[in-house]
Amino acid sequence: MGKFFSAIVAVIALASAGLFLSRHWMPSPTARHAPILDSQLHWTLVDAGVIFLIAQFVLAAFVWKFRALPDRKTRSFPVGVRIAIIIAVVFIGIELFSAATLGRRAWASMYDGSASNSLQVEAMGQQFAYYFRYAGADGKFGPVHTDKINASIGNYFGLDRANDDASKDDVVSAELVLPENRPIDLFLTAQDVIHSFYVRELRVQQDMVPGMRIPVHFTPTKAGRYEVVCTQLCGLGHYRMRAYVRIVPETEFENWMRAHSR
Amino acid sequence: MNSSRAGKESRRGFLRTYVFSTNHKVVGIQYFFLSLFAVVVGMTLSWIMRIHLAWGAGGISGFQNLFGLNAPGGVLTPEYYLSLLTLHGTIMIFFVLTTAPQNAFGSYFLPLQIGAEETAFPVLNMLSFWTTLIALGVLLSTLFVSDGPPISGWTAYPPLSAVGRDAGPGLAAGQNLWIISLGIFCIGAMMSALNFIVTFIDMRCQGMSLMRVPLTCWAWFITAILILLSFAVLLAAAILLLLDRNAGTSFFVPANLLVSGKIDPHAGGSPLLWQHLFWFFGHPEVYIAILPGFGIVSHLITCFSRKPILGYRVILGCMLAIGFLSFVVWGHHMFVSGMSPFSGFLFSIPTIIISLPSTIVTLLWLGTLWGGRLHFSTAMMFCLGFISTFITGGLSGVLLAHPAIDSYLHATYFVVGHFHMVMGVSAIFGIFAATYFWFPKMFGRLMSERLGAIHFGLTFVGVYCIFLPMHVLGMEGSPRRYAMLTDDFLQSTVGMHRFITIAALATGAVQLVFLFNLFWSMFKGKRAGANPWNATSLEWSIDSPAPFMSFHGELPVVCCGPYEYGDGTEERDFVMQSNSVGSGDQ
Ligand code: HEM
Ligand SMILES: [Cu+2]
Ligand SMILES: [Cu+2]
Repeated sequence: MGKFFSAIVAVIALASAGLFLSRHWMPSPTARHAPILDSQLHWTLVDAGVIFLIAQFVLAAFVWKFRALPDRKTRSFPVGVRIAIIIAVVFIGIELFSAATLGRRAWASMYDGSASNSLQVEAMGQQFAYYFRYAGADGKFGPVHTDKINASIGNYFGLDRANDDASKDDVVSAELVLPENRPIDLFLTAQDVIHSFYVRELRVQQDMVPGMRIPVHFTPTKAGRYEVVCTQLCGLGHYRMRAYVRIVPETEFENWMRAHSR
Repeated sequence: MNSSRAGKESRRGFLRTYVFSTNHKVVGIQYFFLSLFAVVVGMTLSWIMRIHLAWGAGGISGFQNLFGLNAPGGVLTPEYYLSLLTLHGTIMIFFVLTTAPQNAFGSYFLPLQIGAEETAFPVLNMLSFWTTLIALGVLLSTLFVSDGPPISGWTAYPPLSAVGRDAGPGLAAGQNLWIISLGIFCIGAMMSALNFIVTFIDMRCQGMSLMRVPLTCWAWFITAILILLSFAVLLAAAILLLLDRNAGTSFFVPANLLVSGKIDPHAGGSPLLWQHLFWFFGHPEVYIAILPGFGIVSHLITCFSRKPILGYRVILGCMLAIGFLSFVVWGHHMFVSGMSPFSGFLFSIPTIIISLPSTIVTLLWLGTLWGGRLHFSTAMMFCLGFISTFITGGLSGVLLAHPAIDSYLHATYFVVGHFHMVMGVSAIFGIFAATYFWFPKMFGRLMSERLGAIHFGLTFVGVYCIFLPMHVLGMEGSPRRYAMLTDDFLQSTVGMHRFITIAALATGAVQLVFLFNLFWSMFKGKRAGANPWNATSLEWSIDSPAPFMSFHGELPVVCCGPYEYGDGTEERDFVMQSNSVGSGDQ
């Protein structure tokens, strides 16, 4: 049974490593901060993977070697507990060090605040759709009047264009269109329950919480059409709540904006 | 003298002796069967979900007959899927992982191992079981309310869980009952925790100094403290949520919500408040599930390696450190919740640090195996399986502890793989190990080792087949809690999901071997002597099955520590903690 176990553990360890290495599982990144995040993930995965293999093989080896034979006497571990503590401290020390360096940089790159030329967009989640709005020429978002929200006439944000000046030029869309290579300040909010904004390629995942306005910053780097999906359980339609983000060259974005302004 | 007390006990009649019993062994066995029932229900629910995810899109003949309107054309409705998900999570976390390792084995063996005739508060012990049973009944009753069970998951984030029927099916009566069930569960768990704490402190027999207490008892004691502190907070949060739903308060619901076209009357609450309260409970809870397993593995591998544990005091210190640190890491469940990113960074540090004691304990287990004379009983195999899966699950936890990495992997199948590896596998392996190990003491017979070996081997391979692929699904970006795989991207993962489902069904089928072994051995197994494993702790010094009055009123006197293995002759290479008690052993 012991040898059998050791063999299985060895096979499982190798198969697991093989599974992770068999393909590049993550979709290729399309945002400026994404390579930093990817490299942190990559190195942590390598680090954890090496430790995983070593630990499983040590377990397998000990179990293989130390089965009860009639003539064997037990022996205590030569260096005692000290070696265990040292290994653990070194391992966790590496993790802490990487958290304080690479990790801090990756995390900060997602919150580095808005740039002077950034585009301000608001995203609102509701059961089970996303709506987006752009501030328009005045750079101001008009106030939301919950009682005026009416999907049937396309007033998803409850704007009062007749009375609120800031609302007059707001552009509302069900598709998120963004210019390439320009910093984006995306403000996330929700109308009913908690939703989430997850774009795999942009390496952005952030909850959308009603009553809060949560900023995320990123700079898309590659034109294309990517899926926005909801990752926060929001009700029966959670699995089908999605939108698309279309990243286009700056000029195309200007044209799109002009066509949608009123 | 003492036999007259035992006599009085039996004159109380069947009902008071075996049903509404205050005897800690009866209560332990009651908890064991409650957990067994719950795990069967919970696993069945997961099969339905797995089958639906793999083949459900086209409809499954049979589902319509089984689930009627909940599966028109054999396709589960998304709300029914989420109901199953919610029940599955709630049952597994509370009624299996909290009750089995702590209450079932703890109630039975904590008093025995510290040499006490009873727990400190036997009536409290009885009440805690019946309270927990009522909680389970209330939870399952949600299956029969017109609207079905809630769909908000075991974490029940408001506003979804707070604004009622407008937000979706199951969120009216079902959600109320869910909260009430949890509240009742909290009360039961706290009563038993209080009892464990006092029993541990006050009832140790003569000679059982703190450094002679088996690590199992230390683990139950530390877990009891975690339960008392964390379930109190969950109870408070549950009451607030119930008030938000039914009494017009607004603790968790902000103003100006528009739910299903209706403006919600609440104003001024914070959805994040619930998440803080919930995870302040929720993170200690995951250690509540695993710490008794730490105790069990430490205790068993020394016995089956025939040598003393390496670093008793260090393991104890690590368990205390884990217990303490588990209260300061809850924010790692909220990296992307909208909480300040500074807090996120702050929480990641203790989260990484908490893996230090876990790593040390794992290494000490390996060091204990080194140079041992390993006996591969089924109980030992499950301990070795525990170590292997805990390494795997712990390392994926290290990835998630980095906020930036978590911001990509959060709420994907990677997290599902991670927590199933530790809770769904390691913690359950601890329960299996404990079952095979203590079965002879509880039922007087041995379980079949041959069936046990088959059970372990297939389960061990099976769980890796189920949960490892989930990690790569998460790397690809598959969100969790999806009722169906609809778009192009998710369609491309169907193959992997089918593989997982086949593995899950096969591994589930293997558990029938366990169930058969359990019930068959109960009546037909080989009779066990007092000490079939040549173990040292006090429960092995009395008859198997443990008599109604464990020590017949003559409390043992302890002469040495719990892990005195390896000296002496081939036949008797161990020293029992007590050599004095008359019955059993000799
Ligand atoms: C070795 C140290 C561990 C570390 C560093 C760790 C880290 C984490 C992190 C950061 C998350 C949050 C992931 C997210 O929601 O995005 C998480 C989730 C989780 N962990 Fe661990 N973990 C560890 C051990 C454990 C253990 C021992 C258990 C249980 C026995 C456990 C059970 C869970 C559960 C249930 C969740 C998911 C909860 C949910 O979102 O529904 N973890 N872990
Ligand atoms: Cu959702
Ligand atoms: Cu946690």
